[in-house]
Amino acid sequence: MKRTTINPNKIGLLQRIHIDGWLLVGLLVLSGVGLFTLYSASGQDMEQMERQFIRLGFSFIVMFVLAQFPLGVYRFFSTYAYAGGLLMLIAVLLFGDMGKGAQRWLDLGFIRFQPSELMKLAVPMMVAWYISKFTLPPRSTHIMLGFALVVVPTILIAKQPDLGTSLLIASSGVFAIFLAGMSWRLISFVGALVGAFAPVMWFFLMKDYQKQRVLTFLNPESDPLGSGYHIIQSKIAIGSGGVDGKGWLQGTQSQLEFLPERHTDFIFSVFSEEFGLTGVMCLMAIYLFIILRGLIISSRAQDAYAKLLGGSITLTFFVYVFVNMGMVSGLLPVVGVPLPLVSFGGTSMVTLMAGFGILMAIATQKRLMSR
Amino acid sequence: MQRKRQAIRDHSAEANLFARRATIAFIIVVAMLGIVLNNLYSLQVTQFEDYQTRSNGNRIKVLPIAPNRGLIYDRNGVLLAENRPVFSLEVIPEEVEDIDKTLADLTALMGITSDELERFQSTLKGTRRFKPVALRTQLTEEEVALFSASKHKFPGVQIEARLARHYPYKETLTHALGYVARINKRDLQKLVEAGQEDNYAATHDIGKLGIEKYHEELLHGEVGYQQVEVNNQGRIIRVLSVEPPTPGKDIVLNLDLELQLEAQRIIDGMRGAVVVTDIKTGGVLALYSNPSYDPNLFVHGISSKNYSALLNSPDRPLINRATQGQYPPASTIKPHLGFVGLEEGVITKDYTITDTGRYKLPNVSHVWRDWRRWGHGKVDVSKAIEVSCDTYYYELAYKLGIDKISEAMYEFGFGDFTGIDLYEESDANMPSRGWKRARFNQPWYIGDTIPVGIGQSYWTTTPIQLNTSVNALINAGERYIPQIIRGYMNSDTSVDLIPLKSLRPIEIKNRDNLDVVLNAMRDVVSGEEGGARHAFADTPYDSAGKTGTAQLFTVGQNEKYDASKIDERLRDNAMYVGFAPFDDPEISVTVVLENVGGGSKNAAPVARQIMDFYFRDRVFDTNNEETVQNDLMLGVSQ
Repeated sequence: MKRTTINPNKIGLLQRIHIDGWLLVGLLVLSGVGLFTLYSASGQDMEQMERQFIRLGFSFIVMFVLAQFPLGVYRFFSTYAYAGGLLMLIAVLLFGDMGKGAQRWLDLGFIRFQPSELMKLAVPMMVAWYISKFTLPPRSTHIMLGFALVVVPTILIAKQPDLGTSLLIASSGVFAIFLAGMSWRLISFVGALVGAFAPVMWFFLMKDYQKQRVLTFLNPESDPLGSGYHIIQSKIAIGSGGVDGKGWLQGTQSQLEFLPERHTDFIFSVFSEEFGLTGVMCLMAIYLFIILRGLIISSRAQDAYAKLLGGSITLTFFVYVFVNMGMVSGLLPVVGVPLPLVSFGGTSMVTLMAGFGILMAIATQKRLMSR
Repeated sequence: MQRKRQAIRDHSAEANLFARRATIAFIIVVAMLGIVLNNLYSLQVTQFEDYQTRSNGNRIKVLPIAPNRGLIYDRNGVLLAENRPVFSLEVIPEEVEDIDKTLADLTALMGITSDELERFQSTLKGTRRFKPVALRTQLTEEEVALFSASKHKFPGVQIEARLARHYPYKETLTHALGYVARINKRDLQKLVEAGQEDNYAATHDIGKLGIEKYHEELLHGEVGYQQVEVNNQGRIIRVLSVEPPTPGKDIVLNLDLELQLEAQRIIDGMRGAVVVTDIKTGGVLALYSNPSYDPNLFVHGISSKNYSALLNSPDRPLINRATQGQYPPASTIKPHLGFVGLEEGVITKDYTITDTGRYKLPNVSHVWRDWRRWGHGKVDVSKAIEVSCDTYYYELAYKLGIDKISEAMYEFGFGDFTGIDLYEESDANMPSRGWKRARFNQPWYIGDTIPVGIGQSYWTTTPIQLNTSVNALINAGERYIPQIIRGYMNSDTSVDLIPLKSLRPIEIKNRDNLDVVLNAMRDVVSGEEGGARHAFADTPYDSAGKTGTAQLFTVGQNEKYDASKIDERLRDNAMYVGFAPFDDPEISVTVVLENVGGGSKNAAPVARQIMDFYFRDRVFDTNNEETVQNDLMLGVSQ
């Protein structure tokens, strides 16, 4: 704190506005690539481009605003956000709006709101808050309680049903616990437990359409015109891109609409088709850069809460990337997870950028505190 | 309390722990991205060609383009078969969600009849799902407009414009030209067997009858292709490449439309056939069978009502009498038999018999009668032809015997296909010992031979066969295969002629024998007692011929017994074979009329009118004088 006041010139403009330069560059480059890809994937639809541009702008503003709050604010609100989010999830199940066969939206009269998006941040905040109350590595009882904090919202969201989001939320909590130093023995035990839980999921929690997705994933060619169509067409798009790709706007699978959901969940297929393996490697490098930066920021954070929250946000970002790329290339079943900052789409982008806002707050917090 | 705990925290240990975990996490991140990348590598590099093929398979469709069918002209360049644009309402079964609902809606909109629906349903069964099936053909302009206005309500239903065959001269040429109609299952099977299915991938119609069928290969052409890029709806986005089809050849026929029309006009209302050929080439100038029917009915799918009317008509319009009608040749073959008798030496031109109107074999009680009850008195072979003396020919047949007759007549083409370019041809029947044994399991009796002498018994022929046999006589044994096709029309309207086709000629021992019978044929027309002298009185040209009157015959098989018709159907067939001009024969005319009575009175006048029409612009002054002199000389020698 004193250093900043003593030598303001050394801190720099970015530091003063609570922005991490490297991370910002990474996010801007990614958004640029995303817009480029969307232009092609939307079929040169300027209206969609405009909406995405506005949404990106809004998301960056959210990030910027959230970066300004001191970390104490987040720490303070962790429990409230979590409790409020949990209540709203229950409310969604009871009174929520149906949209595309799933109850995800809560209509508060003046705004339609997706509580699961709030939980994407509230869960890691809560878990980080709880774990960081004690010394690290956490004890087994704390870990169990920490898992309980994760499992409850995960199940509530899975019941909506929204498999993708529940997966992201579960992983965000689990990452916080993992980063806190959960013993490897316990990790293997939990891993076994999750394995045992899978059949329970299958028989009691998953809706038919989710089961269908899994079945289709296991053998897409079994239903080439039905639910396997998406995966097959997506694989054709990716595969036919080859090493160099067909070129921007030249992807036949996407431009001729053989590829479903090409501007949202399957935008990576468009990218792969048009830019090939070379482009894919560049895109991965950008993602990897952002993840690396996020982990560095988290490692440099001053206190355990910041470390755990920052690490969790960063790794959850990775889960988006991995699940999306994995599902469109046939490695994972199709769960509705967008490719961050590239897919056309609403709320998840705002949430993601809010997370990066918190990460920026963490990044700049450190410098403000004396060693 | 928190502060206390915080106080005992080892911050650097926690920082190290987190850093370690973060490093592990990053390694896992890299490893998992590595897995994704590995998977992408397998898709984009290892299996690249496979996916590229599938991607192209998605977007690229190869569509066949039907070649335009070759046009058909008559010998004077008159268009006999043309291609006209027609619009039809088609349904692509694959693209229709609910076929029953679509049909019901279309019925409400367009007033589709139950006939059309029935036809549609039956075609539907035999058609591949992605191939369009016509619901209504030949839409009017109003119907096209009506449907176009609500096209959006009918996915999978379209209006298709295509070229369809049209025969402007309708029934005049049906039996020669034939027609095309939609390719059916059987045609398809044949095309598959011939390896032609790809060539017909876009073709709608195929030749079903006549020239259209016989020269299908010439007329059809070669299919073309276009490579198109389609989107996921199958809509064509752009054409990538086009390989244009090769249109079918335009062909020119030997037929003379005007002569054909004249033949039609003359025998209108009668059952029968007229065949006119070019003696020097075998080219068929006219080939008309009456009654006929409008071939255009078949092009767009004939209604079952119309078809059964044609099929069940007692007049049998579907049969091509000129090539399929089997008639006893009767006296028309007397010149042939006379010639064979002379060649074989069983008679000479001076050999005479005395005809009392009765002919008996030794030790056989049966009496064969001449058509003139009191006979013709003393006759030689020339006279026997001129007056059509039956008794002379009973005797001649007896002298020749069935084996020689069969063998010789087979050489003239009797009992065999002429090879005319029509698939609708019968070989008729030239009886022989072997034939009778095979057919009836009976020996040939001498009594069977006698009526063969006057072209009766089991002997049948078709008009085209009879015509060809007479041409062989006129051409001194040269035998040309009758051809309806003349050649190909080039783009500059010049014609590449198709080479003449001929069969092994008949060996002739003595040309004089030929002259005897040909001169006798002229006497039929111009002799004092010639059978056709009235019919051919005062012609400007000099012609020759032979009449025939065949007893009791019916066309085709399985004819129903019909009491009201029996009288008419038992009447004699009138026949005439003739050619002109005598000195330099050009055309050979064969007329067969069913159940109208004698050949002299009925068939010969038809032939006369045909010849008159053919020579209508010709002047024959000197020839005529010569002819008269010849006539006198013959009269003297007799």
